[in-house]
Amino acid sequence: MKTDELVAALSASVEPVSRRLVSRSVGIALAIGAALAIGAISVGLGVRADLTTLRAVLFLLLKLAFAFVIIGVAAAYLVRLARPGGERTISAGLAAIPFVAIMVLAAITLGQAPNSHWDRMVMGDEWLECLLSIPIIAIVPFAVIIFAVRRAAPTSLVRAGAFSGLLAGGVSALAYALHCTDDSLPFVALWYGGTIVLCTLAGAAFGPRLLRW
Amino acid sequence: MLLERLSGHLRAYYKNKLARIGRGATEAEDLVQEAVLAIHIKRHTYDPAEPLTPWVHAVARYKLIDLLRRTRASFADVPIDQADEITASDDNVSAESSFDVRRLLQRLPEKVQCAIEAVKIDGLSVAEAAKRCGISESGVKVNIHRGLKTLAALIAQRTTT
Repeated sequence: MKTDELVAALSASVEPVSRRLVSRSVGIALAIGAALAIGAISVGLGVRADLTTLRAVLFLLLKLAFAFVIIGVAAAYLVRLARPGGERTISAGLAAIPFVAIMVLAAITLGQAPNSHWDRMVMGDEWLECLLSIPIIAIVPFAVIIFAVRRAAPTSLVRAGAFSGLLAGGVSALAYALHCTDDSLPFVALWYGGTIVLCTLAGAAFGPRLLRW
Repeated sequence: MLLERLSGHLRAYYKNKLARIGRGATEAEDLVQEAVLAIHIKRHTYDPAEPLTPWVHAVARYKLIDLLRRTRASFADVPIDQADEITASDDNVSAESSFDVRRLLQRLPEKVQCAIEAVKIDGLSVAEAAKRCGISESGVKVNIHRGLKTLAALIAQRTTT
């Protein structure tokens, strides 16, 4: 086919498109992913039943806040990365700030506690469950988010994949926080932060293959 | 029409980029079509508040990189006048490896050695080789055939040990 003919054929039928389509589809994917993740946690593991003490409520809110900050940053960047040339408008390093912040808070808490408590504060009761749950629960939101990003046009596939992974990890951590009863900052920093970073790396690795257009 | 004007710019862009790495104009035209199609299909990702050129450039660049990644090792469509440049080989390496083969050749029977050396290394014809080694033409062919087999076995032995 000659290029002129292609141009003529394409120009013959141009329907207007919404400029908000990219952010809308990422937003819808985020909502669907979050609903599925929270559903999976409530059905599979059950929401924690010990929310009677102030300490438990505070820690739940803290974990949710950590997850919300990550979701907010990741979603904002992903919407930009989904557009051609978007990678030039973001500074990906900023996404590390929530992780650094919680690590600093965790270090301060550890510093104030006696050495004998460190093991329990870091490992908690359910570190293995946390390590497995967050990445596994992140798979479905990740798939939904990737589906949405594919409909846009990311030009830096590694970065778009990484931020899709970060967003999915944040959603998964948000859902898992409803179940998790390990209330200590070092635990959240290491196991929540670590698993979300893991999701990000996996997203970066799969991005180029999943997001090609 | 916007696409028509863009396709002109895209053609210039791709021809320039591809010429630098020794690719032909046919591939440039394929890329122009892919980019035009992508610009049409992905037009919802353009934010009218931003300038148009960087967006088009990002799409064009992505399609170029995508093509290069896809065809990294295959130069199937190289025009014939550029083929020399691409198929040019490193003479140094082949000189070194022929020394090695000569050493291996010394382990073969003299007639076999002579036949292989004459035909495969010095590039003589079978008739010339027969005269040089003092054997019949079919003898040269048989000797080369057997000798290469033995050589292959010798090389395999050396690489496994």
